[in-house]
Amino acid sequence: MQHKTNIFAAAGITRIFGHGKKSVKAIDAVSFTIEDEEIVSIVGGSGCGKSVLAKMMLGLIKPTAGEFLYSGREIKNLREHWREVQPVFQDPFSCFNQFFTIRSQLESSFCIFKQKPSRREVKERVDGALLAVNIKPNEIEGKYPFELSGGQMQRMLLARIFALRPKVLIADEPTSMVDACVRANILEYLMKLKQELKMTIIFITHDIGLAYYVSDRIFIMHKGQIVEQGSPDTVAFRPQSGHTLQLLEDIPDIHKEWIKR
Amino acid sequence: MPIFEVKDLRLHYLLRYGDKVHAVDGVSFSIEQGEVLGIAGESGCGKSTLVNGCMGLFIPPLCPTSGDVLVEGESLMNRTPKDIRENVLARKVSIIPQGAFNSLNPTRKIKNFAADLINSHEKGGDKKAIYKRLHDRFELLGMETDRVLNSYPIQLTAGERQRSVIGISTLLNPKLVIADEPTSALDVTTQKAVIKMIFDLLERKIFSTMIFITHELPLLRHVANRIGVMYAGQIVEMGTAEQIVFDPRHPYTKALMSSMLSAEPDQKQRKPVTIDGAPPNLVKTIAGCRFADRCKETREECKICKQEIRIVGERLVRCQYAA
Repeated sequence: MQHKTNIFAAAGITRIFGHGKKSVKAIDAVSFTIEDEEIVSIVGGSGCGKSVLAKMMLGLIKPTAGEFLYSGREIKNLREHWREVQPVFQDPFSCFNQFFTIRSQLESSFCIFKQKPSRREVKERVDGALLAVNIKPNEIEGKYPFELSGGQMQRMLLARIFALRPKVLIADEPTSMVDACVRANILEYLMKLKQELKMTIIFITHDIGLAYYVSDRIFIMHKGQIVEQGSPDTVAFRPQSGHTLQLLEDIPDIHKEWIKR
Repeated sequence: MPIFEVKDLRLHYLLRYGDKVHAVDGVSFSIEQGEVLGIAGESGCGKSTLVNGCMGLFIPPLCPTSGDVLVEGESLMNRTPKDIRENVLARKVSIIPQGAFNSLNPTRKIKNFAADLINSHEKGGDKKAIYKRLHDRFELLGMETDRVLNSYPIQLTAGERQRSVIGISTLLNPKLVIADEPTSALDVTTQKAVIKMIFDLLERKIFSTMIFITHELPLLRHVANRIGVMYAGQIVEMGTAEQIVFDPRHPYTKALMSSMLSAEPDQKQRKPVTIDGAPPNLVKTIAGCRFADRCKETREECKICKQEIRIVGERLVRCQYAA
C-alpha cells in the first residue's frame, strides 16, 4: 500500500503578536495535516488569522508554540523552502518591481534554483508559462508592470508559478481584487496547474462559493481557530458550526433573500 | 422631473500626440427620487470615469466631449472646479469612494476630518455644535461613537473606516449619493454590515437616491431597483434588477451572469463560463458592436453595423439580434 505523504503537518501551533496586555493570539492551538496533491481552502473573515497561517507555510513567520513541519522537517533554510513552496498574492501590483520589465522579473525568479537553467531554457520556460495563461509572449515584450491591466498582472503572477513549477502553491486571496470574469479565468488556471503539474494548492479566501468550487477540503477559521473542516459538500450543505453558517449567509445570492429592506 | 439626468454623455482622456481615449461614449439615464440605480461592468469599462462625469469633476486629462449632466434641472457642465466644489459636492452629489483608507487623512482624527467638511460648507459654525451634530449622526449609524470619532484612521478596522467614510460623505444630506465599489475591499461579513448601514440611511431618509457601482451582479440584485450593464464605455443593457439578473438578453450580460460562482450542488458540474479576450482599445473608433470579438453569438454584420439601443422585452438592449 502506498502511503501518501503529508506536505504540511501542524500540531498545536500558536502564534502570539505583541507583549503583555496588548498581545494578540493570531493563531490559537491549531492542528491539521495537508496531504500531497490536495487542494485545501482556508476560509474566514478578515482578521481570523488565515494570512498568518499562509505566511507560516512560507516560513516567513515562526510559530510561538507547537510544531509545524513541511514534509516531515522543520522549515530552516528559506531559499531551499522557496524552491518548493511558492505564493500568489492578492495585489499583483505590489508584487512586481515597477522599474524592471515583467519579462526580466519572470526570468530572474529562476535564481532561486541551485543551478540556474541555461538562458535558452529560461526563455523557453517563460514563453511556455505565458502561453499557459493565455498571453502571447510578444504582448508583454519590453513592458513594465504599470502598463498592464489588473487581470493581466494577476495572470503574470500565475505565469511565474507555471514557469517555476513548485510543489506547493499558496494562493492568498488571488481573486479578491479582480472582477467576476477574470475570477473565473484565474480559477481555471489554478485547476490547470493542479492537473498538469500535480501541485498541492492551499487556497485562501473569504468567499465560500469559490472554495466550494475548487477544493477537496475546506477549513473554516474564526478568531485563530479552525472551527470546522471537511469536504466541500459537508461544509456547504451540512454546516456544523455557527461561523460557517454565518459565512454562507453573508454571501449575496441572487435566489435567496439577503437583507430585508 | 427626475432628480438626476445624464444625457448622451461623452467623455475622453487626452493622451500625448492628440490621441483620445473615449472612456464614456454616449451614456444616458435618469434617476427619479427614491431610486437606486446599479451600474455593473468589468474593470476598465468606464464606470469610474462615469462617476467623475456625474459629479461634474472634469480635471485634465479628463475632458467632456459632448452631452449634459443635470442635477435637479441644473447643468454641471462648463462650471469651474471651485464652483462645483462649493455648490455641488457634498450638498447635492456626494461620493462614497472605494478605498476608505485613501480618502481619510491619516494625520487627523475622524471627528476633525468630518468637522472640516462642515466648516468648509457652512461658514461660522460653532465648534461645539458641530461636534454635537457629528456625535448624533454617528450615533444614528450605530457605531461606537466616542471611540470612532476620537480615533485616527489607522486605529480602526476596515469595516469601521468604510462606515465612517459613508457617515462623513452623507453628513450634509446630499440629494444623490454615488457609491463607487464601496465594498469590494471588504470580506463578506463586513460587506453585509456596510450594506445594512446604507439601507438604514435610506430608510431614515438621510438620502434617498443612489447610484451604486460594482462588478458583483448578485450584490446589485439586492441593492438596486434598476441595473445598467456597462461595456467599453457604453450601457449595453438596462432594466429592472429582476430582468437583468434572471432574464438577461444581451450576450455580454448573459456571459457575466454565467461567470458567477456560488455554493450550490450543481456548481461543480456547471463550469463558470469565461469571456476570452480583452475589451477593445478605446483609442481607435470602433465601427460595429464593441463586444463583437468576444461574443459567442457574433455574426459577420456585427463588426460593421453600429449597434443602437432598442427596446427588447421591456428593457433597453444595445444588440440588434437580442430577442
